[in-house]
Amino acid sequence: MKTSLSGLIDESVTIIREVAAEFERPVLLFSGGKDSVVMLHLAVRAFAPARIPFPVMHIDTGHNFDEVIEFRDRCVADMGVQLIVGSVQASIDAGRIADVTGPRASRNPLQTVTLLDSIAEHKFDAVFGGARRDEERARAKERVYSHRDSFGQWDPKNQRPELWGIYNGRHRQGEHFRIFPISNWTELDIWSFIAEYNIDLPSIYYAHRRPVFRRDNMWMAVTPFLQPEANETVVEELVRFRTVGDATCTAAIESVATTVEDIIAETSVARITERGATRADDRMSEAGMEDRKRTGYF
Amino acid sequence: MERLRFATVGSVDDGKSTLIGRLLYDSKSIFEDQLEHIEAVSKRRGDDYVDLSLLTDGLRAEREQGITIDVAYRYFATPKRSFIIADCPGHIQYTRNMITGASNVDLAIVLIDARTGVIEQTRRHSLLVSLLGVPHLVICVNKMDLVDYDQAVFDRIREEFEEFASRLDLQDVTFLPISALAGDNCVTRSTNMPWFEGSTLLHHLESVYTASDDNRIDTRFPVQFVIRPQRSDFPDYRGFAGRVAGGVLRVGDDVMVLPSGLTSTITGIDSPLGPVEKAEPGDAVTLLLADDLSITRGDMICRPNNRPRVSQELEAMLCWMDDASPMQQNKIYSIKHTTNTARAKITDVLYRLNISNLHRETGVSELKMNEIGRVTLHTTAPIMFDDYHQNRSTGCFIIVDEATGQTAGAGMLLSPRT
Ligand SMILES: Nc1nc2c(ncn2[C@@H]2O[C@H](COP(=O)(O)OP(=O)(O)OP(=O)(O)O)[C@@H](O)[C@H]2O)c(=O)[nH]1
Ligand SMILES: [Mg+2]
Repeated sequence: MKTSLSGLIDESVTIIREVAAEFERPVLLFSGGKDSVVMLHLAVRAFAPARIPFPVMHIDTGHNFDEVIEFRDRCVADMGVQLIVGSVQASIDAGRIADVTGPRASRNPLQTVTLLDSIAEHKFDAVFGGARRDEERARAKERVYSHRDSFGQWDPKNQRPELWGIYNGRHRQGEHFRIFPISNWTELDIWSFIAEYNIDLPSIYYAHRRPVFRRDNMWMAVTPFLQPEANETVVEELVRFRTVGDATCTAAIESVATTVEDIIAETSVARITERGATRADDRMSEAGMEDRKRTGYF
Repeated sequence: MERLRFATVGSVDDGKSTLIGRLLYDSKSIFEDQLEHIEAVSKRRGDDYVDLSLLTDGLRAEREQGITIDVAYRYFATPKRSFIIADCPGHIQYTRNMITGASNVDLAIVLIDARTGVIEQTRRHSLLVSLLGVPHLVICVNKMDLVDYDQAVFDRIREEFEEFASRLDLQDVTFLPISALAGDNCVTRSTNMPWFEGSTLLHHLESVYTASDDNRIDTRFPVQFVIRPQRSDFPDYRGFAGRVAGGVLRVGDDVMVLPSGLTSTITGIDSPLGPVEKAEPGDAVTLLLADDLSITRGDMICRPNNRPRVSQELEAMLCWMDDASPMQQNKIYSIKHTTNTARAKITDVLYRLNISNLHRETGVSELKMNEIGRVTLHTTAPIMFDDYHQNRSTGCFIIVDEATGQTAGAGMLLSPRT
């Protein structure tokens, strides 16, 4: 049966198989967020009935929503995949990076060091990421096979040509590729897939009541890692998360959508992008994502 | 809903990025925060109006220089179709990025500045689009607002283009007078050009007929991955995964595997969403066969009475894309073709194509960055291929520099000249 997602699924599955065939040590980045969940499901389908021939890895800032970690562990157990956790806390303890302090501190940028260290430690040569080109203007420019030099750096001004469906993963020792199999999916495509194939997600994607406070025009959740400042009042709101990441920089949106169908209806008429509505880290700068990606971020 | 992939091409500053911005804006596909962002940037720079090209020109260097450097992908949908857009750079230095964006599209929009008409870079991009076999073309004569929406200008440029294009292999060509900046004929009909009776660009994109573009005749299935579960519940499963490159495969079909020439019958087809009865071009599936044949990645499954060519001697049009080193005859490169990787030497340059006048220049032994030539190649292993015009998927290859890893050349295979 053909659906509107068929072409996208075919493309993604082909990319995932190609990487498994050509690289020695692939790994799939899995955060428990909706994009990585969809990517993991596609990987499972790409090799069924065999098992996925690579592990998954979570770069864990330690500042998570409990529901997401619980979901992550359940999901990998159900699917029978191996989970590697790269811990930002461990990087801090080992003196690789200094923890950030202050009321507005976020460990989000610290993840790059842990990510690159984990890639080096396990000698991964291909790292699947669930980034989509519709998310952000630097991501809109990135190849499906995105080369990283031995410092983990992306060079946006000098990307390799990528023609037809032929991918070139040739690299030197110590270099690696980031692979983006769902590059051409939009937020709405992701939700359509979740609806059509009944994909389980962390509960915080659906509307629920939780204590939040207003910061930079966004609703931030009160967690052990993020506390309101003196002038910020905590209220209980009906909210959901459009993206799930580090709890200190991921905002919630007001929503009454408790089902996938509700979310699709909301997403179809959304007037603000996913990152614009929810990511504190990208609001400030003109090229925040590009700068982070250049130094090895997801 | 059907998905259409298209690219914008044409010379630098002819308005490609602005046109994409206009299409997104007028079809209400721009989000408020994106608009706020580009308004703020335009204001900071002191522009008179909001620069819609900022929607796709997202890299620091692009904004500094006011040009597109690499392809940007954008997505939008109307009730009729959803679209994947590749906004390509016009600058000659970034031709390889333009080829990246245009290599797999259904349609290309060639922009021409109404004030300058057809120039060298228009010809280069049109030639590339023709070599890449893009099935549908729309020639947009842009910036009509700067030539008083004059029909004579449009007609003259149209003739100029047709004169050049008569020597190219272009199939479906449509001409439109537009202003990307003002919006004329992009999403809504222009009142400034009552003399033009054609449809708007968006209407054309929504209605262009693409269903017959795939090759559904010649069955081609390059084997990508052998699926062999090490699980007690699937002791005998051995599936051959890949993406259909041509034809339609059905359960029960007799097939032949190349290069071995062994034959078998399809007993099952698994798609990522479960078992199916048939697989069509573009489908990623796993084939199950009746016989236990030795089949590996790089093999080609076809029909016994309809096989691709199999040869180690190839002839192709080759676009060179490596700025670090020109194509050298008899140097050993890697060649990637379907799911095959081999090594290859370019044995001869039959001619180099002069981009301005399409003359064939002989006596050339190397191709520099952005040059295009007809070459012969010798490979270490047999390549199973079709003429690029018959089948884009089995007719294309890339050349990789083994020392640098750079994707150095893009080739389109041809039947040898007789
Ligand atoms: N007057 C007028 N100006 C236009 C029109 N379309 C584009 N421009 C202007 O032409 C300039 C170049 O536009 P871009 O959209 O950046 O051109 P481009 O083709 O994307 O350029 P590259 O991607 O760098 O090759 C900008 O200043 C635009 O505002 C038009 O229809 N009328
Ligand atoms: Mg541009």
